Amino acid sequence: MRAVSGRPRPRTARLTPWLYLAPALVVLAALLAYPVYQLGLISLFEYTQAQVSGGEPTVFRGFGNYADVFGDDRFWQVLLSTVVFAALCVLCTLAVGCALAVLLTRVRALPRLALMLAALGAWATPAVTGSTVWLFLFDPDFGPVNRILGLGDHSWTYGRYSAFFLVLLEVVWCSFPFVMITVYAGIRAVPAEVLEAAALDGASPWRIWRSVLAPLLRPILTVVTIQSVIWDFKVFTQIYVMTGGGGIAGQNLVLNVYAYQQAFASSQYGLGSAIGVVMLVLLLAVTLVYLRLLRRQGEEL
Amino acid sequence: MNAVRNLVARPWRLVAEAAALLTAAVVAFPLYWMVLGAFRPAGEIESGAPRPWTLAPSLDSFRRVFGQQEFGRYALNSLLVAGAVVIASGLIAFLAATAVTRFRFRFRTTLLIMFLVAQMVPVEALTIPLFFLMRDAGQLNTLGSLILPHIAFSLPFAIWMLRGFVKAVPEALEEAAYLDGASRTRFLWQILFPLVLPGLVATSVFSFISAWNDFLFAKSFIISDTSQSTLPMALLVFFRPDDPDWGGVMAGSTLMTIPVLVFFVLVQRRLVSGLGGAVKD
Repeated sequence: MRAVSGRPRPRTARLTPWLYLAPALVVLAALLAYPVYQLGLISLFEYTQAQVSGGEPTVFRGFGNYADVFGDDRFWQVLLSTVVFAALCVLCTLAVGCALAVLLTRVRALPRLALMLAALGAWATPAVTGSTVWLFLFDPDFGPVNRILGLGDHSWTYGRYSAFFLVLLEVVWCSFPFVMITVYAGIRAVPAEVLEAAALDGASPWRIWRSVLAPLLRPILTVVTIQSVIWDFKVFTQIYVMTGGGGIAGQNLVLNVYAYQQAFASSQYGLGSAIGVVMLVLLLAVTLVYLRLLRRQGEEL
Repeated sequence: MNAVRNLVARPWRLVAEAAALLTAAVVAFPLYWMVLGAFRPAGEIESGAPRPWTLAPSLDSFRRVFGQQEFGRYALNSLLVAGAVVIASGLIAFLAATAVTRFRFRFRTTLLIMFLVAQMVPVEALTIPLFFLMRDAGQLNTLGSLILPHIAFSLPFAIWMLRGFVKAVPEALEEAAYLDGASRTRFLWQILFPLVLPGLVATSVFSFISAWNDFLFAKSFIISDTSQSTLPMALLVFFRPDDPDWGGVMAGSTLMTIPVLVFFVLVQRRLVSGLGGAVKD
């Protein structure tokens, strides 16, 4: 990219990019950077309903909130279920999305359109309505799933694992379309000659995928993987709506919902913020891995 | 793509097509069940014998949804929020994407990395500081408290995605425009903007969804003035965990899904090519 060299430059040229960037930077500073700073700050204070209403002075606790969070068995249990749940969601989403993307390239226009439209429908469904619809499908009394499977009035949200499983189904359902369509767009951009050559050499479809398509698609696969990690790690609405705020006795809590419950239900804003900071750090670690991957692929920023 | 298709023997293609159709049916089924549930007459859902069709479609559930509360008001609020977020973040992201792709300046790479990092910030964790920020700014219980954060959250991804589209516009075009005496502003809005518009349409899908789906902020920031509430909250009135009015929930869900669905179908082509363009870069 050669950019501006050799072009007649108005005198304001040096300022122009910053002028264009100004609105974005102002918005991001005020509504993203500043809240992140505030989050860190609140996490260091004793901050409960008494402080919020101004009744009592805020007390600096240092890392006291973090000590409380890390000292609580519940936190580690929630962290573990968050990681395992998010990982399973990512794996299933990617597997389903990639498999269906390949399938899309193997069929004629009509089945392709049908699958594409169905996927767009699932993608377009808002998280809240997707959650209520899946609950309805699996409702012990009125849902069709138990009837078809002959499960009687088995309640899916009662057990810890079956509740997580139900949420996982909904999450995969509404997030595989992004993967499928992105990967499909990527495959379509692969030159036909490359695939023909591979086929003439007698490569099997699996071999073509592994040796030709997958390497060419790696940048795309990296993007969809990271996006899935970010989205699934932050699942909130589905858990909140489908398990009634975190499941029976909090058995289905994930970090997000846990932080929210601590802050807004228990008015422990300091503790909730500390959990938020832990989450932020975890996701930033993922970002660094992503950046390294991009670098290694020689991607130009 | 044609090449791949020719590699597949005919019987396998038929199997693949059957699999694709079956998958489509499974994926679409929850949506079908939602619409069906919305049109079922009172008592049919509760009768416990769910047929995959209904004998007497009725609008009762929709009447209940519109009758019991200010549903129309909530829908309008949701549209206002999503519309404002799409337009504002689209324009701001266009300017920023132009800056980082068509200019070379100090801190350019740093900025790009910052936009990437900004995408990872868990929005949900920011609910606490944003709550206090909105309270201090007197924005609690206003649509502004829903619009402003979502503009900020959709910006980094929008900038990142639009980059590819701005890059794709040839430099020569810009030089030609200047030779013809066009100003920078004129080039930006009358030449570049229309060319990047397809990319903006694809990008807008993401900002639209993020704002339309908003559940957490509506729940946390609209606490006393329910006339400023949005659709998810309206839906939850019918969704009492112990005793849900499934007909009402499904009618509300259907109404909430339709605008997004319409939007998706309208931009579908743009979206597919847009994602391809963005990731090819």
